[in-house]
Amino acid sequence: MTTKTNKVHVQSTINGESVDFLCEPRQSLLECLRDIIGLTGTKEGCNDGNCGACTVNMDGRIVTSCLVLGVEAEGASIETIEGVANGSNLHPIQLAFLEGAALQCGICTPGFIIATKALLEQNPDPTEHEIRFWLANNLCRCTGYDKIVRSVQDAAKRLREK
Amino acid sequence: MTTTDYERNVVLSTNSDFKVIGTRPVRHDGVDKVTGRAIYGADYVASGLLHGKILRSPHAHARIISIDTSKAEALNGVRAVVTSADFPRVENKTVELGEDETKLLDLRGNVLANDKVLYVGHAVAAVAASNPHVAEEALSLIDVKYEVLKSVMTTDEAMAEGAIILHENQTTEELGTDSGIVSNVAKHFQHVKGNIEQGFKDADIIVEREYNTKTVHQGYIEPHNGTALWSADGRLHIWCSTQGSFVVRDSLSDLLDIPVSKIRVTPTEIGGGFGGKIPIYVEPVAALLSKKTGTPVKIVMTRKETFEGSGPTPGSKIKIKVGAKLDGKITAAHAWMAMEAGAYAGSPVGAAAQCVFATYDLDNALIDGLDVVVNKPKTAAYRAPGSPNAAFGMEQALNELAEKIGMDPIDFRLKNVASEGTRRPDGPVFQRIGAKEVLEAMRDHPHYQSSKANGIGRGIAIGFWFNIGFDSACNIALNKDGTVNLIEGSTDIGGSRTSIAMQAAEVLGIAAEDVRPSIVDTDTVGFTAVTGGSRTTFATGWAAYEAAQDVKAQCIERAANIWDVKSSSLQMEDGIISSMSDSELKMTLKELAEQMSSTGGGITGRAAINPRGVGGSFCGNIADVSIDEETGKISVERFTCVQDAGKAIHPSYVEGQMQGGSVQGIGWALNEEYFMSNEGKMNNSSLLDYRMPTALDLPMIDTVIVEVANPGHPFGVRGVGEANIVPPTPTIANAVYDLTGNRMTELPMTPGSVLAANNK
Repeated sequence: MTTKTNKVHVQSTINGESVDFLCEPRQSLLECLRDIIGLTGTKEGCNDGNCGACTVNMDGRIVTSCLVLGVEAEGASIETIEGVANGSNLHPIQLAFLEGAALQCGICTPGFIIATKALLEQNPDPTEHEIRFWLANNLCRCTGYDKIVRSVQDAAKRLREK
Repeated sequence: MTTTDYERNVVLSTNSDFKVIGTRPVRHDGVDKVTGRAIYGADYVASGLLHGKILRSPHAHARIISIDTSKAEALNGVRAVVTSADFPRVENKTVELGEDETKLLDLRGNVLANDKVLYVGHAVAAVAASNPHVAEEALSLIDVKYEVLKSVMTTDEAMAEGAIILHENQTTEELGTDSGIVSNVAKHFQHVKGNIEQGFKDADIIVEREYNTKTVHQGYIEPHNGTALWSADGRLHIWCSTQGSFVVRDSLSDLLDIPVSKIRVTPTEIGGGFGGKIPIYVEPVAALLSKKTGTPVKIVMTRKETFEGSGPTPGSKIKIKVGAKLDGKITAAHAWMAMEAGAYAGSPVGAAAQCVFATYDLDNALIDGLDVVVNKPKTAAYRAPGSPNAAFGMEQALNELAEKIGMDPIDFRLKNVASEGTRRPDGPVFQRIGAKEVLEAMRDHPHYQSSKANGIGRGIAIGFWFNIGFDSACNIALNKDGTVNLIEGSTDIGGSRTSIAMQAAEVLGIAAEDVRPSIVDTDTVGFTAVTGGSRTTFATGWAAYEAAQDVKAQCIERAANIWDVKSSSLQMEDGIISSMSDSELKMTLKELAEQMSSTGGGITGRAAINPRGVGGSFCGNIADVSIDEETGKISVERFTCVQDAGKAIHPSYVEGQMQGGSVQGIGWALNEEYFMSNEGKMNNSSLLDYRMPTALDLPMIDTVIVEVANPGHPFGVRGVGEANIVPPTPTIANAVYDLTGNRMTELPMTPGSVLAANNK
């Protein structure tokens, strides 16, 4: 038994595949991804846009998916952490994070990887300050950011040398 | 000196006679965590899942007159509502909570308030519904009538004459005996060593100050969560993010009055804890809702609930008085520390009292500790609980003395440093410790040796935290391809499964990647205590060592049977079993594993231990700061962390602990605090306003791992998870003093407080 709601049909492209889903107008994109579509790699840390754990790429821009409504995903192209690796080949950013020990508990990692990917797509050789500035919307409480920043530098190098 | 012409992350190794230990393999759970596949508590889904939400008190202190849940129950989609009346009646008793203990009725009262609410955010009732939004709507339909009472928010208010009393039946335990006096002071205790009056008489110089710190939160990015299924057969299954699955099981057993054998706790991946995910909050509520509905119920806290309804670490008032001779010898020290327990007794003041003077060899010392209840959330452990508060005072007092005597602050500390055989004022005698080596590594570091630029202040400090032992269990099964599966029960909060697996790999002479570690539920492994107290790599690592030794002994025995020789003539090294007398007899572990089945069956090693021999770890910092003259904002320009790891199993994750703890300490020093209204409401319960450090706020955190082997562990391990949060606050305060000449006696050191100190 559920409350009657006016669910909305939304069609979008998620990680390169066309996806249809029904959502309530009040549901955030984060909720839709996690609870309706079943992509739980995107995490909720605060639900008010301040921690960055729910960062996804929407039409080429990174957004905190808790501040986007599911209905706004109509016609949009969305990339989540599940779409970063190419099949069983990890993305250079993922490899750099692994080898650089850039994660401890790992809950913020999907958001950091999505944000890093967007940074390196537009700035392949960022300075330390540019990395820190770009990632300032993603909170990590475990690492003190040192190994994250170094892994982003390493990932940038790997991508430039590719 | 620029910041690039020296090594940023150094390991001062004293023993590198290892194959696996000390290397930096990719962690076993790494791929799952960089691809979004790892399942954390909120990700868990069960068939027929309902969603729970908790109604919380808007008042800091009030009597509950009545709770009417009828309208909520009638809402379409609502399946059950529970209050504290749904708990079974239980006898009050002391229950162990990992590192801590509490009274069972306090634990129950904190999970769902009974007759009184004691803080804003105190849970009062809960709803299970078909989706979280409906559950939230239903909360607004629950009608709670309160008689609002005056609240007490600080230790001063709580200890004042005629103070409002939180618990009418709480009497002060005064120096070990019940005083019979009803009070908000749950306990006053003392540790005494030597003769403090004489010690201060003998001093040439005495410094004395009061220091105050605010409530701060662990700030883990993943909110608390739990899913419960109370089956028709009476069995309760919990899935949750916790630092201790067995603590959850045992606490639930006590609260719900069902045997531990009927409860199974499956720990999911955990998104940070730092001590805050040792206690239980939502798990028993989800269990009560599941019992009423017969279906699984999941509760996930919001960020606001995590701030207001879980356990932060306390605000405190600390007075430190230290005297010394002009030659730099400390003659006496007195610490008086009052800490806010929050709504129920049990602040970390006991641990603070054990740590405050631990770094120093003192002849005369007195420590007073007071555990004080106030109308704030019940405090929980936070990384070296109590020790940072104490060090903020003590380590500033020492710099003040060093300056007055005219000694370098590190030399002054070295003159008084504790070492093997030093008796702490609270009783225990240190085994081999690395306090001196940490101070020497600080003194010799290029950072400390470099000259300061204009506008830079430099500070140093050192801090201590224990390791605990406690129970750990581990099973290791040999696979027929020569790899092993390792089963353990320590939830992995920062890479510990790899540091545990590496210790087994070292014993067996195989690669870290050839050990597959799994963290399993409470039905599947022997009792294992919390991931806390810097114990996991130490104790569960030791269990893995013992289980691997068991496997090794069985492999040798098996080879002896196959070759028909005495097992005492065989050895196993680097994964090869060989005869010490016959060079023809040689077999790899893989070759043995292939024939396990036909030569007597599988090989499984096991261990269940409760190790003594805990080491304790010291950590020191050097920090350079600048201050914006206009705004008073402190910027950390350069930061070095030096810590004794005993033996760093996986240096990257040791550095990670050091860097993470340092930055939590920097946040505590500069920004973090609960802003409380006069009515006891937290005004900054979001991650925007509760300002934790971002990447942009920080420099790189340079590290030096010192290795003074712990003689109480087979590989010399000391736990490194906590001591690193102790020195940052006094280090930065000492740096601010160096730059401004102002002693900062309050945390956090906000821009406003820096300007105010300048204008004094």
